[in-house]
Amino acid sequence: MLEGFAALLLFQLIGELITRLSGIPVPGPVLGMALLLFAVLLLKKVPAGVRTASEGLLAYLPLLFVPAGVGLINHGLLLKQDIWVISITLVVSTALTLIVTVLVLQGLKKLWGIKNDA
Amino acid sequence: MMPEVIFELWVYMAASPLLHLLLTLLAFFLAQWVNRRAGGSPLLHPVLVAIALLVGFLLITDTPYSVYFEGAQFIHFLMGPAIVSLAVPLFDHRERIRREFIPLILACLTGIFTAVISTVVMVRFLGGREDTMLSLVPKSVTTPIAMGISEQIGGFPALTAGIVLITGAIGCLLGPPVFKLLKIKDHAVQGFAMGLAAHGFGTAQCFSLSNLAGAFAGLAMGVTGLLSAFLIPLIMRFFA
Repeated sequence: MLEGFAALLLFQLIGELITRLSGIPVPGPVLGMALLLFAVLLLKKVPAGVRTASEGLLAYLPLLFVPAGVGLINHGLLLKQDIWVISITLVVSTALTLIVTVLVLQGLKKLWGIKNDA
Repeated sequence: MMPEVIFELWVYMAASPLLHLLLTLLAFFLAQWVNRRAGGSPLLHPVLVAIALLVGFLLITDTPYSVYFEGAQFIHFLMGPAIVSLAVPLFDHRERIRREFIPLILACLTGIFTAVISTVVMVRFLGGREDTMLSLVPKSVTTPIAMGISEQIGGFPALTAGIVLITGAIGCLLGPPVFKLLKIKDHAVQGFAMGLAAHGFGTAQCFSLSNLAGAFAGLAMGVTGLLSAFLIPLIMRFFA
């Protein structure tokens, strides 16, 4: 478990270092995720410690958004200025994005002859 | 009247990271309880309820966000390793991802274009400010990447961070009825759309549906983030 957590931090660190040094506009953790995926694909299995740490963190994923969300407290004024424009845009655009994505993915899977299992 | 001892204790506690760290956890437990009592309604999404409780508390006690964050940063910090750990469910579903690779990438591209262009068109049509529009454009992208994009195209990164969270909650709210209406039963397709439109929020919700939905949501979140970082600044040149 502890080894697994250390491994996650190590991959994050490598990701951060690469993005810092190369200037790629991608956050370190996302690159770290890609590198860890690459590593476990090479290993052909996920070490037990990494799996335990990963499942533990992912179970509490919603909690991890709370501190950043409380930061909304600093943008009350900005939000208020365009509140209707922002609300309507967010709802309509998010609905459209969901609809287009599922329809395109579903359609392409049929076109590619990939079976749909529920 | 507040006895002096309690006042001194409060001054001590309010300055220590312990108080705000514990309060964040307690607010989240309370929010989960409220959400369960409300039958799991996404309107009372535990994250939103917890944020509302904490914002209320900070306003009442007149605590600046920076002081709160000194305690809450320990939770916030775990976001990094949590993103890295998404590699595990992706590995578990590698065969399926490999099989569906081209449809997934194409769906991701159309999804990003839909999100960006509909946002630009809607804000302009409704007469919103230009910097509001620029702050809204990366709304479906996971927070750290969205803030970077916002800065690059001339929005307010801090406003974008908040918008991203609200978008995530809206996605969690709209997802289930949209899938029902369109008769989408495949958890992989549902997850992918949720991760694309509602990043980590959608991903978190999908993990409570199934591991497959969560893995595809995590995949969509990662790929959307990577592609958006390059694509959104390019797309926005056409709308400048």
